[in-house]
Amino acid sequence: MDVFDQILQAGFFAAMLRVATPLLCATIGEMFSERAGVLNLGIEGIMLLGAMSGFTVAYFSGSLWLGMAAAATSGIIFGALMGILAVTLGLSQHVSGLGVTMLCTGLSFYCYRLIFGQPSQPPNLEPFPSVPIPWLADVPFLGTAFFNHVVLVYLAFALVPLAAWLLYRTPWGLRLRTVGENPQAAAGAGISVAWMRYQALMISGALFGVSGAYFSLAQFNAFTFGVISGRGWVCIALVVLGRWDPWRCALAALLFGAVDALQLRLQSGGVIHLPYQLFLMLPFLMTVVAMAMLSRSARAPAALLLPYRREER
Amino acid sequence: MHLRLEPRERTPAWLNVALPMMAVSATLVLCSGLIAAAGAEVIPAYAALFAGAFGSTFNTVETVVKAAPLILTGLAVAVAFRAKFWNIGAEGQLLAGAMAAAFIGGIEGLPAWALAPLMIIGGAIAGGLWASVPATLKVRYQVDDVVATLMLNFVIFFAMMALLDGPWKDPLSGYPDSPDIRMDAEFPILWERTRLHMGVALALACAVLVWLLMTRTTLGFAIRAVGENASAAAHAGISVNRVVFITAIISGGLAGLAGVGEVAGMHYQVMASLSPGYGYTGIVIAMLARLNPLGVVPAALFFAAVATGAETMSRKTGVPVFLADIIQGASLICMLVALLFANFRVRVQHAARA
Repeated sequence: MDVFDQILQAGFFAAMLRVATPLLCATIGEMFSERAGVLNLGIEGIMLLGAMSGFTVAYFSGSLWLGMAAAATSGIIFGALMGILAVTLGLSQHVSGLGVTMLCTGLSFYCYRLIFGQPSQPPNLEPFPSVPIPWLADVPFLGTAFFNHVVLVYLAFALVPLAAWLLYRTPWGLRLRTVGENPQAAAGAGISVAWMRYQALMISGALFGVSGAYFSLAQFNAFTFGVISGRGWVCIALVVLGRWDPWRCALAALLFGAVDALQLRLQSGGVIHLPYQLFLMLPFLMTVVAMAMLSRSARAPAALLLPYRREER
Repeated sequence: MHLRLEPRERTPAWLNVALPMMAVSATLVLCSGLIAAAGAEVIPAYAALFAGAFGSTFNTVETVVKAAPLILTGLAVAVAFRAKFWNIGAEGQLLAGAMAAAFIGGIEGLPAWALAPLMIIGGAIAGGLWASVPATLKVRYQVDDVVATLMLNFVIFFAMMALLDGPWKDPLSGYPDSPDIRMDAEFPILWERTRLHMGVALALACAVLVWLLMTRTTLGFAIRAVGENASAAAHAGISVNRVVFITAIISGGLAGLAGVGEVAGMHYQVMASLSPGYGYTGIVIAMLARLNPLGVVPAALFFAAVATGAETMSRKTGVPVFLADIIQGASLICMLVALLFANFRVRVQHAARA
């Protein structure tokens, strides 16, 4: 019964949304790049770089939104680097992605140490405030659960219908999907495969950067070396669980948020005594199981991981 | 004018040495900008890095000891990538081997002479078994090996942490570490008053063995055939799935041995910080070695040297120690770009293509 008591509290839903927001943002980003046929394993490093650059710019400029812009910009730059490696040069996507992650991780730590040194107390700033939505926030239960969050939470959830509309209802989305499913046909129809993939990678990079900055500018109010600690890889898992669809990806992120919020509550409430590591393991384990079960039905974009060269048509 | 990539018929042998050299040089040139940004002079900083890695007998031994797990994870990745089994799970397979070694090394009833062989065999089997999971998924269910091996790294890491935080916690220290292995299970030190342990010899022996396997045996031939052209290999009567599976087991076993060496030769226990990403560095090493088992040794030494040397450089010049991580990532990217020159030659075309 205690479990249901916990779930039925407004605070639980609020925590679920807070946890899900950055993951949702990065998962949608990864979905775009995979839909265009590129597995972007730069995610973990670009998120860390976003957290670092976002924090640094916000700290010195005093503007959180300028920090967000810096995070997005750094993400776009390294998304474009991923494009040079995996699209223009046609190098193996997973190795390039890991290279981008290693490079961004090193750069984030290096620059942070260079700028802030080794203070005993990490520098912090005033994080994004909660913005209650007028009169909706006053509704009992629902108000606390859904309508009293930082702006980024609302934006992340607005991103889902936007991404779905872009992907399924616009000519751009059709081109993107064609490039990911059948680049030969796309090129035959006069679509620039390379440019579409670059766009997808830069969009994904921007969303990774913003997602990383959410941690340093909204969730915690400082940058620490372990601020991302594998959450980027969780998003790779969520894209698979969400079967490359914006709505299902959002659902997967929410599910992850719910499990995470629940385990925190159950642990601190002393209700259960399962090791919390098992909860942390869950998304990774679920992904492997889901991939095995879905292998015959839901498929990844057909051209995922395949470089495209015009000469090889 | 138009630049065009044209596939090479065959790769000249000198490129195997020249390409990694080019990649590393390009990396060091790129990183010199970062050193300058830190307010240090570039040449003295690199000199301090080199001195930190090889400046004294002690430092050189430390570098060699650090290279041991990297040689093994590098070999693990090199073997797997040869068969196009994209194993980025060496990190997890290393942990599997380390846990097996720490467990076997702590069993009281075993005779002392049996401990080291059992830890080595047990660790290799554990790593191989853990690698057999994504291999089975790939062969049976066509599950993507990149994502599966990556995910399984975290599954085993958190499983290990749950054990270390619970039933396997060291009752003496109270930290989430496993209890120490028996004193007589520790790998013998090969050189008095240094940390040079038997695991280093084990790693070097593995490099030679893997080289022999890949170049002198039918299995090695089959592995390369599957990697180069799976459908042609199948036509030639090779069971592609079986070869992929065996390759994965060998790869996981090698990564498992890296864990054995770290437990039996260095830490004598398992803890969260056992591997600072040795499995991922193994990917960089394998790529730099162009998947050649003997090339893995100098490549591993290079990254071990960067890791140990960066500490000294940081103390002497104030350049953040994380330059080592940047060098690792940047040399992987530079090597990937350099590899294009191995497989393709760049041709300049003047006339527009029809």
